[in-house]
Amino acid sequence: MNRDDSKIVAFCCEHSAYQAANKAGRMRLHYPDNVRIIRVPCAGRVDVQHILKAFEKGAAGVLVMGCQEGACQHLTGNTRARERVKYTDSLLKEVGIDGSRVRMVNLGPDMGQQFVAEVKEMAEKIEGEMRR
Amino acid sequence: MIIAERKPLEEIKNMLSGYKEILVVGCRTCVTICWAGGEKEVGILSSQLKLASSREGNELSILEATVERQCEKEMVIEELRDKVQEVEAILSMGCGVGVQTIAEIFEEKPVFPALNTTFIGMPEAEGVWVEKCGACGDCMLYWTGGICPVVRCAKGLLNGPCGGTRRGGKCEVDPEKDCAWVLIYRRLEKQGRLDLMERYYEPKNYRAVKRPGRIEAATA
Amino acid sequence: MAIPFREALKTKDFIVTAEAAPVKGANTEKMQEHIELLKDRVDALNVTDNQSSVMRYPSLGTCLLIKEHGGEPILQITCRDRNRLAIQADLLFAFSRGISNVLCLTGDSIDVGDHKEAKPVFDLDSVQLIHLVHTLNSGKDMAGNELDGGVDFCIGASATPSADPIEPQLVKFRKKLNSGVDFIQTQAVYDLEELKRCMEHAHKVDRKVKVLAGIVLLVGAKMAAFMNENVPGIFVPEYLIDELAQAPKGTGLSKGIEIAGRLITQIREEKICDGVHIMAIGREERVPEILEAAGL
Repeated sequence: MNRDDSKIVAFCCEHSAYQAANKAGRMRLHYPDNVRIIRVPCAGRVDVQHILKAFEKGAAGVLVMGCQEGACQHLTGNTRARERVKYTDSLLKEVGIDGSRVRMVNLGPDMGQQFVAEVKEMAEKIEGEMRR
Repeated sequence: MIIAERKPLEEIKNMLSGYKEILVVGCRTCVTICWAGGEKEVGILSSQLKLASSREGNELSILEATVERQCEKEMVIEELRDKVQEVEAILSMGCGVGVQTIAEIFEEKPVFPALNTTFIGMPEAEGVWVEKCGACGDCMLYWTGGICPVVRCAKGLLNGPCGGTRRGGKCEVDPEKDCAWVLIYRRLEKQGRLDLMERYYEPKNYRAVKRPGRIEAATA
Repeated sequence: MAIPFREALKTKDFIVTAEAAPVKGANTEKMQEHIELLKDRVDALNVTDNQSSVMRYPSLGTCLLIKEHGGEPILQITCRDRNRLAIQADLLFAFSRGISNVLCLTGDSIDVGDHKEAKPVFDLDSVQLIHLVHTLNSGKDMAGNELDGGVDFCIGASATPSADPIEPQLVKFRKKLNSGVDFIQTQAVYDLEELKRCMEHAHKVDRKVKVLAGIVLLVGAKMAAFMNENVPGIFVPEYLIDELAQAPKGTGLSKGIEIAGRLITQIREEKICDGVHIMAIGREERVPEILEAAGL
């Protein structure tokens, strides 16, 4: 990662979320610019260590975005991703990073607005907690 | 195989308090299989420790390594000899044997256990490991249909069951666990060897292995 | 002055034993009151041994008090807290002080008690303990050494008539009987058919053994349900829990005494077994009422 000011890392499955992000761009929908999008062949490719490394390198929130239930091209990639996100959340809690700073999101490839909504929600959560 | 699980993070952090440069060492054998101390777990724990220490305003520099088997001196020396020079302390993610092997070889470096070694067992299902053997040194599995009463009966009875068996053949101590003697009865029944269960078993020789145990091969 | 229990076993038509529960502490006052109240009303008084793995005044100590008061004690020994050395030593001491009845038990698990981090011993199990007493009775210790001063214990064991599955328990029961016991005190019995079956099994192996049915005083529906869940070896049937639940408020205890009396009467009239062992846990002072309710 070389965007030092990226506060949010979004791992985006190329079959769904990555396309949704592109659509958001084409629709000129605005979302916070400190988001780093990382394209992955499937949400199931994202491992626990990838998420932890993102936090080590300064991320304040991580989104793992994959296909909707039943739509995964690799059948169970999104389900496994959800389990891993849950596990990573518990590892982060152990470290004192509480409050669901890692989140699993299921999207379809044309859901540009939802993509933006998820990113904004994470950004607001981070900002809200930083202000406290 | 040896089953272990990681200590709570707080406990590990307390052990490391005051140390700034550490080596976290995993093992590719038993603790990899029970998801406690393999290469992956080394990576995860190192990340957690780095995140925790930077949140507390401390700097923790971590080297990572994984040994094929932490209980083999040659392998430990081979893998760790150089890295050990660069650190103040070693956090072993091996079982108790691994921790002690490393400690014996690199005597001047403090070595800490990141795991609690729990029992000798096997994976019963994905992510579920159960105790099977108590290393009693006097195996009686011939008599009990291949089910160990020493360690799978919560009271280690040789003439079981006790009167506390719960409904459905569950153990008095833990309703989730099966009464080993009910299991033994059913197994022997399947094999038509229930006569073995009617037998009186004499008190166990608890000194079959004089601890600390030591075995020397006849041809060494 | 009570007659020796082993004589009562041989000569009495219907044998009655009860329990004196030790105190958690060194104040033996209440125990001594219970002993005085019960010693002449029953053929022998059992003393539990860290019952339910809760640390208490030792069984051996309470048995001595019973002797001092002129009663007949039954020493309960479990395998949970003592190894074979300690058990043999305790038995030598007990006999030397006139205690000659022993109930050989495995013992509840540490987990159900109040010292949950203690190391469980279980060097022996109840069957091995029965063999151990026979060995001492023969004038030797477990290692084969001759004893200077022998012992002669009357040996008892427990049985669990209601268990599911029952077959493994029956194997255990046969083993105990084959090891040679003078009396059996069962865990709480509520289903008399099960008790009858238990007797049939007992007599197949040993016609001479005396079986005493365990009667636990129920004091209310909640307590009965609690025991079902938490006390090893006890199963209270639904219909009794209902009967207790329907009793008017504040009469749970009387209802419990009535139920106990009823059970004992039926056992005696139908000659189902050789007697009863009354466990009024925490309510030893009610035992006389139970005996009365049973027409004893």
